[in-house]
Amino acid sequence: MSEPLRGVIVSHAAIAQALVSAVTVITGIDGALVPISNEGCDNDALADRLRQAVGERPAVLFVDLPGGSCLTNSIRYAKQHADIAVVTGVNLAMLLDFVFHRDVPPAEAARRAVDAGAKAIRVTAA
Amino acid sequence: MSIALFRIDDRLIHGQVVVGWGQPLDCTFIVLVDDEVRESDWEQDLYRMGVPPHIEIIFASVSEAAERLPGWEGDPRVGILLVPDIDTAAALVGKSDRVKRLNVGGIHHRAGRTERLRFVYLTDDERAKLKQLAAGGVDVTAQDVPTARAVPLTEFA
Repeated sequence: MSEPLRGVIVSHAAIAQALVSAVTVITGIDGALVPISNEGCDNDALADRLRQAVGERPAVLFVDLPGGSCLTNSIRYAKQHADIAVVTGVNLAMLLDFVFHRDVPPAEAARRAVDAGAKAIRVTAA
Repeated sequence: MSIALFRIDDRLIHGQVVVGWGQPLDCTFIVLVDDEVRESDWEQDLYRMGVPPHIEIIFASVSEAAERLPGWEGDPRVGILLVPDIDTAAALVGKSDRVKRLNVGGIHHRAGRTERLRFVYLTDDERAKLKQLAAGGVDVTAQDVPTARAVPLTEFA
């Protein structure tokens, strides 16, 4: 691929911005992720924010919940544009993995991110 | 208890509806009244994704909703009825005398609208339509989540 994938985090309130900040602090990588909040948006406004964030580039959309306006608008966007993958249940672990593995097609990057994110969810010994 | 909430919300099915209202009301069915969504299998699939399996979603046009409202009101389950905008709400009220209260839950900013509440933006025409609904006997309040105060229409329109 000529240009690394972009990750767009689509969330309620300020979750997306906080995740982007955390990834930058931990990895030093800036610009790989773009935050979008649904705060104050109807569906049309959220679609506009997605258009501005993604542009015409391939991307993975990381959505906070497996339902709701963030997901419905992300899937609607993916249906209308090529090379867009959608992942739900975004967490910090999957984003940390994603920013180091962006030279693959969106679907592959999405699968990898889901694996990394799922592995981070566990009950630890006290 | 039938339809516990008649709500205008331009996001239709989303977190505030399913979790914020759905959980405390113990809602197990949602009626989504929207002529466009009623005609789109794909849009319906999209909205089904946002709802846990124990909640049934019923998609209806305005005419279907007016016709089926008595049945939903007699349903022993608790339901929420959603419309996307004031025009759809007014159309439903025009076809059915069973809508006695309307919750304005989310009408967001777009050109021509001004902020009335943090989650309610209205054009002059929309304000007039809400007042008209109230004059016709519908109790119109604005409330995004159950823990917030129900704001009377006189305070935001």
